[in-house]
Amino acid sequence: MTARIFTKTTNLSRRKFIIGSAAAASGGLALGFNLPFGVKPAEAQSIVDGVPELNAWVLIKPDETVVIRIARSEMGQGTLTGLAQLVAEELECDWKNVTTDTITPGVNLARKRAWGEMGTGGSRGIRTSEDYVRRGGATARLMLLQAAADDWKVPVSELTVSSGVISHAGSNRTVSYGKVAAAASKVPAPDPKSIKLKNPKDWKIAGKPLKRLDTEGKLDGSLVYAIDVKVPGMLHAAIKDCPVFGGKLVSFDEAKISRMPGVRRAVRVNESAVAVVADTWWRAKVALDALPIVWDEGPNATRNSAQIAEQLKEGLTATQQVYAFRNEGDALKAINGAAKKVEAVYSTPYLSHSTMEPMNCTVKLSADKAEAWVPTQNAEASLAALSEQSGLPLNKCEVYRHVLGGGFGRRGGNQDYVRQAVNIAKQFPDVPIKLIWSREEDMQHDFYRPISQCRLSAGLDESGKLVGLHVRVSGQSINALVNPSAIPEGYKDERQLQGYTDKPGDAQLGYTVPNLLIEYAMRNTHVPVGPWRGVNTNQNGVYMECFIEEVARAAGADSLEFRRAMMSKHPKHLAVLNAAAEKGNWGKPLPAGVHRGIAQFMGYGSYSAAVAEVSLAKDGKLKVHRLVLALDCGHAVNPDQIAAQVEGSVAYGLTAAMYGECTVDKGRIVESNFHNHPILRLAEMPKVETVIVPSYDFWGGVGEPTICVVSPAVMNAIHAATGKPVRSLPLKNQKLV
Amino acid sequence: MAKLDINGKTYDVQAEADTPLLWVIREQVGLTGTKYGCGIAQCGACSVHINGEVRRSCSMRLSDVKATDKIITIEGLSANNSHPVQKAWAAVDVPQCGYCQSGQIMAAAALLAKTPNPSDTDIDNAMTNICRCGTYQRIRTAVHMAADSAKRAGAQVAPVAAVKSQVEEI
Repeated sequence: MTARIFTKTTNLSRRKFIIGSAAAASGGLALGFNLPFGVKPAEAQSIVDGVPELNAWVLIKPDETVVIRIARSEMGQGTLTGLAQLVAEELECDWKNVTTDTITPGVNLARKRAWGEMGTGGSRGIRTSEDYVRRGGATARLMLLQAAADDWKVPVSELTVSSGVISHAGSNRTVSYGKVAAAASKVPAPDPKSIKLKNPKDWKIAGKPLKRLDTEGKLDGSLVYAIDVKVPGMLHAAIKDCPVFGGKLVSFDEAKISRMPGVRRAVRVNESAVAVVADTWWRAKVALDALPIVWDEGPNATRNSAQIAEQLKEGLTATQQVYAFRNEGDALKAINGAAKKVEAVYSTPYLSHSTMEPMNCTVKLSADKAEAWVPTQNAEASLAALSEQSGLPLNKCEVYRHVLGGGFGRRGGNQDYVRQAVNIAKQFPDVPIKLIWSREEDMQHDFYRPISQCRLSAGLDESGKLVGLHVRVSGQSINALVNPSAIPEGYKDERQLQGYTDKPGDAQLGYTVPNLLIEYAMRNTHVPVGPWRGVNTNQNGVYMECFIEEVARAAGADSLEFRRAMMSKHPKHLAVLNAAAEKGNWGKPLPAGVHRGIAQFMGYGSYSAAVAEVSLAKDGKLKVHRLVLALDCGHAVNPDQIAAQVEGSVAYGLTAAMYGECTVDKGRIVESNFHNHPILRLAEMPKVETVIVPSYDFWGGVGEPTICVVSPAVMNAIHAATGKPVRSLPLKNQKLV
Repeated sequence: MAKLDINGKTYDVQAEADTPLLWVIREQVGLTGTKYGCGIAQCGACSVHINGEVRRSCSMRLSDVKATDKIITIEGLSANNSHPVQKAWAAVDVPQCGYCQSGQIMAAAALLAKTPNPSDTDIDNAMTNICRCGTYQRIRTAVHMAADSAKRAGAQVAPVAAVKSQVEEI
């Protein structure tokens, strides 16, 4: 047994302040108490620079500027622009007048969560807020129309509006939104629930491939990320946490560095970390590197990857602590009695997020106020962490959220870097402290994508039809670390089987198999794990889709036709697979040496499929030429940004497939920076073609769904090229030819 | 005390001689468009121009730079995002999170200054900065677009020293 490290995650949900619950899953409660709603709305941004808002979502200035408030985090995924499009669509304003403003969690709380949930993970930014943001836009439109009708003393039903100009045909009068907005702010708001929203087929702003609203400051260096924040009087902190997870800080010799340039102090951050505070970050880092530190590395200091692999391997055949998630028919009997059997064991490693902007947070603590400048996927979780760690009540705390230099799941519920910054700032009252992690700290103290192995067996009948399938996943659980209340029985963790569920709507397995057994053997280690873009659909997509490829080949069937035969009850999965196959020229001739692979899988309420084209050089070097990805995300709010997310999922997914692994030796992560943890670069980026297959009858996610088909499509193309399956990632460790 | 010529302006900076140029630019000079990503010249987020050459500033020491060296950072590339690379980046909607894009843009501008009409292979070889969001396909498109637009305009793709006032987020 290895000692578990102690981790807290924070989340605010439904007027409860929750500690110890999951971030991405917004899971159960550990403890809750009521939030203070003492701040008057007037003090909380209902009037900005003398201009009254129409409602929480919309404020229109006399100069016609339309300010749309955004509650979700922007980390590159384009949600800010998409949400603004949805509000503007119902508002009927002129898109060129639209600007956005971000809401702080303190203001959201003071306004009784008028903006709802702020957490931005699980590809939920648009799909779980589209309804109320559109109603916000529509409500504002109706108030503006009513104000014009009142002024002109005509029935509101005689008015029309287009691009922010209200017209009354009968009297040939027009007025712009900017002129009528102040009066409209006094009109009683209609009940948002009474409003009929537009049919998305009639959209003019949403649904269009509009340019992002947040590009300009990213071209000239003027956008201020949290790492760039300058607060007067600020000091800088560099941090080192015990290299072994679960180890402790024993002591450090501050005297050895106290005379180094710029150094103020070396301080204990918590039971496992030490920080040096100096006048610049570079000086803090130089001094930290020179600081003698004594660690108690604890019982995990002997753990390594080989031991962890053995631990997981035991779970593949164990009879205890195994969760039978789906047990339909009698899979083992069907496989045992089958005309042909196929068996395989797959494995995937730990992966780091490696956001380009390393973890950082600036905190200023005074006697009656706590402030934090944070790159966060969940501003309310940041606020909760700030409050809990500083000891100040929520209404004396505020979080200024910044555009994230990448998130990918790292900066959601796990507000570890915020807690650290608060602990340092506590030792410097009234002095703002900016904590920045080095890349090494970032890579070696992540919440990694969970490691797992998977044993699969299948039975084919005489005709080559799949009659039984057994899937046993053995590996680490995210919930066990960050949200144990989601798995009250301790090991029955459905989330680790994401993509294999029978339930429609979120992450449903697209195949019908008469005898099916899907099991999970939870095997936890001392390495902290967390959500990583696509979370468990990544590993589970590889296991299912690469194994189905093996089974199809054993049946002597075409990879596409074999899948299609099992998908008649899953028309949306099938439509996406067909779209990828068609655009990817499945079955058509290829240049010599180029081979195709195909895969489909589902996650985050959306359906994905991919066709990859690859070739292998004589030395085994892999070249991925082209990837066609098809996606049905229901409604498509901004097709160009959807394409951008698909392209991005290819780069993130291919990095994982080709290079990604974090290995363990002496209880710590071996990989430390991009020299020994390579990332895909431009020269290796394949041509990506995105096919959006919108079925217009649901709202699915976009940021994560397609990543899970990238690796299996490429691995299946390698299988086609070599005739041999690849069963372990990353590919850099495999001898492909 | 050292003197640096950044974006056409002279700065007196006080830092240890072995301080990386990146941190001098960010912390002493206060220009934060140049980013820290790895500190070991792997990712290129810290890319600047020195006498027209693209350099990874995290791995140059202050003492490696002379007072006469012309340093251009992203803030000095152009006035009002008017460099052909910046215009192309906007037209193609390249950035996602944007954190690496200062470095990507500086690398692309240096490439076009030397190779006005780059092939895909030229782009492969010159554009080695890391982007975790995966904007590579659009970067390639935008580099070609910038090359075409510069050709059409007959303009020379050269950095313009124009320092914008830094917005302090307080």
